Amino acid sequence: MEIGKLTITGIQEALRARRVSARELAQEALRTAREENPKTNAYLLLAEERALRAAEAVDAALGRGQDPGPLAGVPVAVKDNIVTRGVRTTCGSRLLENFVPPYDATAVERLERAGAVVLGKTNCDEFAMGSSNENSAFGPVRNPAAPDRVPGGSSGGSAAAVAQGTAVAALGSDTGGSIRQPASFCGVVGLSPTYGRVSRYGLVAFASSLDRIGPLARNVRDAAAVLQAMAGRDERDSTSAFAPVPDYQAAMTGEARGLRVGVPLEYFEGLTQDTAAQMEKARALLASLGCELREISLPHTSYAIPCYYIVCTAEASSNLARYDGVRYTWRAPQAETLAEMYSLTRGQGFGAECKRRIMLGTYVLSAGYYDAYYLKAQKVRTLITRDFLAAFEQVDVIATPVSPFPAFRLGEKLDDPLQMYLSDIFTITASLAGLPGLSVPCGRTAEGLPVGLQLIGPHFGEPVLFRLGDAFERAGGASL
Amino acid sequence: MKITEQEVRHVAALAHLELSGDELKRMTHDLDEILAHMDKLRELDTEAVAPMAQVLFPGAENSTLREDEPREPLSHEDAMANAPAAGAGHFKVPRVIER
Repeated sequence: MEIGKLTITGIQEALRARRVSARELAQEALRTAREENPKTNAYLLLAEERALRAAEAVDAALGRGQDPGPLAGVPVAVKDNIVTRGVRTTCGSRLLENFVPPYDATAVERLERAGAVVLGKTNCDEFAMGSSNENSAFGPVRNPAAPDRVPGGSSGGSAAAVAQGTAVAALGSDTGGSIRQPASFCGVVGLSPTYGRVSRYGLVAFASSLDRIGPLARNVRDAAAVLQAMAGRDERDSTSAFAPVPDYQAAMTGEARGLRVGVPLEYFEGLTQDTAAQMEKARALLASLGCELREISLPHTSYAIPCYYIVCTAEASSNLARYDGVRYTWRAPQAETLAEMYSLTRGQGFGAECKRRIMLGTYVLSAGYYDAYYLKAQKVRTLITRDFLAAFEQVDVIATPVSPFPAFRLGEKLDDPLQMYLSDIFTITASLAGLPGLSVPCGRTAEGLPVGLQLIGPHFGEPVLFRLGDAFERAGGASL
Repeated sequence: MKITEQEVRHVAALAHLELSGDELKRMTHDLDEILAHMDKLRELDTEAVAPMAQVLFPGAENSTLREDEPREPLSHEDAMANAPAAGAGHFKVPRVIER
């Protein structure tokens, strides 16, 4: 029983045939995670007690002849910016080092109701701000495929946990690419669902109009099963969507013939040679599956980075205003006046990247600059979204690289925030438009670094993404 | 220069963010570079474009409202549990009004 080789379907069969108990699975997963974690620093905390309790509940249900749920016994890891009742949730920040949430996020609640076993909390960039996981106050995460390289970010710990084989699936959050990019860097599947598809209740807010919770898994089928359990309207998140949740497994017919796949010219500029070569192979594989490839144009692509970093920092500066030393565990001990309590707590508690984004966001919202930056960016967001809506008149799916390059070395971009921001260039566009994006493994570079193919769908187009992603995977996409 | 150190100081005050001398210099440099990149948006004529604040999907105006039925709230104790300083069921902060 190797956690790293199990699939959700495999676990369901093994449990129901009584070849293994959920408790045994959980123990094995916890043992593996404990043993393997020093290599990557993927987990910040293992929730042993909670995991065993959940596993025992699955075994008890099976013993009574009841259905333990579609994710019964599945060991999952949860990004540490998704709250878990009674289990410390730090967001990768010193400020929340001792924060123990009094409630569960809806996504976690729904996974556990489906029988999943939450193993622990995974490392991430502080408040999900970063593309390398180096902005965590609790140390960086190492890429299981190449330990001197970053796992991507901000959901670096979740991607590493799945790639390393310590969890079968994981929850991440994606604001500008934070699920898709680490999934591609680590060689796993990651989905940023349509905005509103999964409730944000209990996801610590970074940029509320962009934030999403989504799954990371070792194959498309498992990612779909995790989404199935979480998706759907939640009255505790007013932006969660009413749209009915389709049967995702049924969408995966193994057949992709006739799908119109758009290849946007703008997304194939500035790729490293290795990444470009993998994309060539991906195109050929899509064509061999019977997809009709069409060159398309998304003309406002080059405006997406400035647009995104204005919108997300503006929202972040508002959302992070709550960390004022009053309610959330930590207050600067030297503070004597109210004003000092605010500024010292924030000045000492936040890391460099959070401070940079709070400053940028405060600036673009401040008197005299609002129209030039924030309002302008919101208008450009409309243009970027229109590009996509027009493209989806002609195609069913858009295929692009996830990132212009594979995993980079630890420290390589740390001192150059702008270069770090530019690494999100292919993922933030779908984020701005609220579209779903699936990252599927697309072979490796000569050095053995994973490359990811991004499939972007129309709003609520998860079924077509799963259909094509699964067909791509079955046709050998991961070993191109 | 897109932004001066003095402006950075002003923005830090607005954000209630204490920055050291070194941090101020570094921040001025970083913001200057990032803001210069953001100027690219000026190339676009957006006069007639409506701003997009949120991803919205069709739905009835009040569809996000639930029935107004009382429910068990988070307990007072649970809500206060993470307070850095509390007393008598309240959050404690440094004195705001001088006697």
